[in-house]
Amino acid sequence: MLSIGAGKNDRPKACMTARSLDINVRVNGEDISAHVEARKTLVDFLRDDLALTGTHIGCEHGVCGACTVRLDGAVVRGCLVLAVQCDGGEVETIEGLSDTGMLADLQLAFQQRNALQCGYCTPGMLIGAQELLSRGGIPSRDTIREHLSGNYCRCTGYQAIVDAIESVAQARAKKVG
Amino acid sequence: MKIADDQPSGLSALDRPNSYIGRSVPRPNLARLVQGRGQYVSDVTLPRMVHVAFLRSPHAHARIKSIDTAAAKKAPGVVAVVTGAELAKVMTPWVGVLTHLKGLKSAPQYAIAVERACWQGEAVCAVVAQSRAQAEDACALIAIDYDVLPAVTNPETALDKTTPVIHPELGDNLTFERAHTAGDPDKAFAEADAIAEATFMFGRHTGVTNEARAIVADWNPGDQRLTVYQGTQAPHMTQDIFARHLNLQAHQVRVLTKDVGGSFGIKVHIYADEMATVALSKLLRRPVKFVADRLESFVSDIHARDHRVTGRIGVKKDGTITAFEIDDLTGIGPYSVYPRTSGIEANQVVSLVGGPYTCPNYRARARVVFQNKNVMCQYRAVGHPIAVAVTEGLVELAAAKIGMDPAELRRRNLFADDAYPATNAAGLKFERLSHHASLDKILAMMDYPALRAEQAELRRRGIYRGIGFASFIEVTNPSAAFYGVGGARISSQDGATLKLDATGAVSVHSGVTEQGQGAEAVLAQVVATSFGVPIERVRVVTGDTDNTPIGGGTWASRAAGIGGEAAWQAGKALRANVLVAAASILQADPQALDIRAGVVVDADTGRERIPLEEVARIVYFRPDTLPPGFQAEFIATRHYVPQGWPFAFTNGVQASYLEVDIRTGQVKLLKHWCVEDCGTVINPQLVDEQIRGGIVQGIGGALYEHCLYDETGQLLNANLMDYLVPMAGEMPDIEVAHVVTPTADSELGAKGAGEAGTAGAPGSVMNALNDALHPLDAAPLVEMPFTPERVLKALGKI
Repeated sequence: MLSIGAGKNDRPKACMTARSLDINVRVNGEDISAHVEARKTLVDFLRDDLALTGTHIGCEHGVCGACTVRLDGAVVRGCLVLAVQCDGGEVETIEGLSDTGMLADLQLAFQQRNALQCGYCTPGMLIGAQELLSRGGIPSRDTIREHLSGNYCRCTGYQAIVDAIESVAQARAKKVG
Repeated sequence: MKIADDQPSGLSALDRPNSYIGRSVPRPNLARLVQGRGQYVSDVTLPRMVHVAFLRSPHAHARIKSIDTAAAKKAPGVVAVVTGAELAKVMTPWVGVLTHLKGLKSAPQYAIAVERACWQGEAVCAVVAQSRAQAEDACALIAIDYDVLPAVTNPETALDKTTPVIHPELGDNLTFERAHTAGDPDKAFAEADAIAEATFMFGRHTGVTNEARAIVADWNPGDQRLTVYQGTQAPHMTQDIFARHLNLQAHQVRVLTKDVGGSFGIKVHIYADEMATVALSKLLRRPVKFVADRLESFVSDIHARDHRVTGRIGVKKDGTITAFEIDDLTGIGPYSVYPRTSGIEANQVVSLVGGPYTCPNYRARARVVFQNKNVMCQYRAVGHPIAVAVTEGLVELAAAKIGMDPAELRRRNLFADDAYPATNAAGLKFERLSHHASLDKILAMMDYPALRAEQAELRRRGIYRGIGFASFIEVTNPSAAFYGVGGARISSQDGATLKLDATGAVSVHSGVTEQGQGAEAVLAQVVATSFGVPIERVRVVTGDTDNTPIGGGTWASRAAGIGGEAAWQAGKALRANVLVAAASILQADPQALDIRAGVVVDADTGRERIPLEEVARIVYFRPDTLPPGFQAEFIATRHYVPQGWPFAFTNGVQASYLEVDIRTGQVKLLKHWCVEDCGTVINPQLVDEQIRGGIVQGIGGALYEHCLYDETGQLLNANLMDYLVPMAGEMPDIEVAHVVTPTADSELGAKGAGEAGTAGAPGSVMNALNDALHPLDAAPLVEMPFTPERVLKALGKI
């Protein structure tokens, strides 16, 4: 059903069967060939087939942001994308993004500011925050709040998250000079 | 930049050298969570594991005439299809009553409905399959023939003679009633110069934990043990209950709780579908996993609030409150929830109304009635949001009646800071509170006169802003008075076992649990301080009934105050044990030694004598070099239960500043303040974040959250698209400050802090809203949530 290998993601596009399809997708830099049900969401594929449990399931209808991942560089909700739609694409999850070091300053700020309690929303929050900060500049607190308005956190009340992201924006801006 | 620094805050008198008490130490378990490398129950997979999905009743009340499972059993991947009657042979039913809530009654509840479904969403059949998707597919193939029964959905008429009785054997739909009278309320109302009255409505809402309820049950017939991975707040409680209802001994059950994706009281109850999952594992002799999806969370996670409270307050012209009176009616589900019951929230409302004030005259009645709706039970701040909003709403209505500033009216009625110990009209005993210091502090933080001036200036320009307060008390650190005395096997004591390893590091095994609030960090701080090691050398183990002392877990803001004190005492005991061994090695007097930063030192000079790892090495590997007859004990256990007071009450005050768009009815929260007194502040940042998160949860109930039922008992908005929760864009920044009045019941002096935010936020938002609309002669808004529609109705615009 599933083979995992490294190398260029240059396999042929999905071929249709009755209820399931073959897909080739690069996940966190690893090339994956899999046979998946057409109805399977990306988040279920990541969690159940690839055991990448850092991507969480919250509402399964695109409201809470717990399943946020990157698909071909764009931030998407893993519950609103089917796994078969990722054929030929590149998916990055919190595990892979952590290992690149891209989120390291955000992750440290979240820890220092206690911007997470149960931590369930955190992967999605971090990926969303990185998207905002990658646009450059120092966003206002209102802009940060607005940007995260598709990410539900029940624990923190959001202020610590805004603080942590704001502090990283300031630090990154200083670094850029 | 607001990241709290890691310096002693000066908030604490616990001045051990190298103390971590009062420092904003980051939590040790966050690194794995920010990398997505935590382990939530929904992440758990085991060999031989299968998945269960439940078919749930589409009717609020229906007799199950027949269940045809033949087609489902043949569906791909299906392992078993199990009905309630079949599962009842494996698991006994339960009744959620407590003897100290006199008269509380309920009916037996089964893991899966047998013969009758009593709410829309009650599980009526289980399908176990190789995957969750296959189990859900097969659920669609089950044919159930229902005889639909009339549904009881209006609390107001639940006790009418013409209303059907949900459980005929109980005689009526009254679950519980409590009445309380203190002083002479009639005389006090007669003597009042003004009386204000209102009927406050609190919408049903629910916890919406980000990770839904999740459980993996693994009955291993080979070793006759059940291992349960469960996102729960109280592993020892569920261990006991699983064992009892499966006819096992408690030692045959192990409950493991690792990372939990939010709890807030949702995950401290016994749920029929989780009991069913455990029973299915026993039946099928293999691991069974259940993770609620969001839609079934809304119809099966406990709901809370849903109170309607008519309240009256009498006040004299000088501001003296003469009397409070309330009549509370709350509609729960068809069963009182096991084992904590669904009578506690109403009981709390009776206990907590008028809590901050000296007024001696009080009359209260609360009635709890059964409904054919989802079950209701304790959710963060149980009863407090209702009692505080009613009390504080009445106080501000009274202030408006006599034309007195609402802060001033409070000042004239709050218990004086030197009045303790004190007992109030509800019979609550207060060790020591700080209402006046808290009020003074919040007024200064807000710059109250300037804020009032700004409000007046903006009103002239047609901008309607409001300021609202809520003083409050909060029940924390409960003794056995909460549940134990009523017969529930729920521990109010807690324990900590400390073990010194061979490298001089220490592990803490505690009966409290980590739900993200930071209990593990607090335990590490406490042990590092009382034992005397750098915090990096402390590892905390919680959530494992095989490896922690029996304890209550996390609820009623007890983890730091009770679990923390046990850990503090265990740290001292282990330090004494280690110093005896060190003294033996050093041929010194143990009393003259101390442990500081992981090194045994001379207590008076701090001179380093021997590192801990060297003591441990000798004791573990070269005991032959120790004096004959000497035996070191490098494990120490201590327990703690509050004994001086039934509860450690905390107090505080919140204030809300908001703006109402009178054209749209939209409420914009501008700022929120909270001054809170939870005694010793072990970790200021964690306490502040508990307060902030709690406030936002309270705001949710005040402005957005509502489980909307129609008259047939159908939940109309059971998804996150239609049920609104607070998101980042609408929430204000929140300023938090503290007054510190430690409890003398423990050495640590810490009281609880987890629920104060939720307790006070709805009342302060309601008062701010009414303050904003006051110049427009709007009818007071007293029905939560305060939707734009309700605001516009109050303004007479629709």
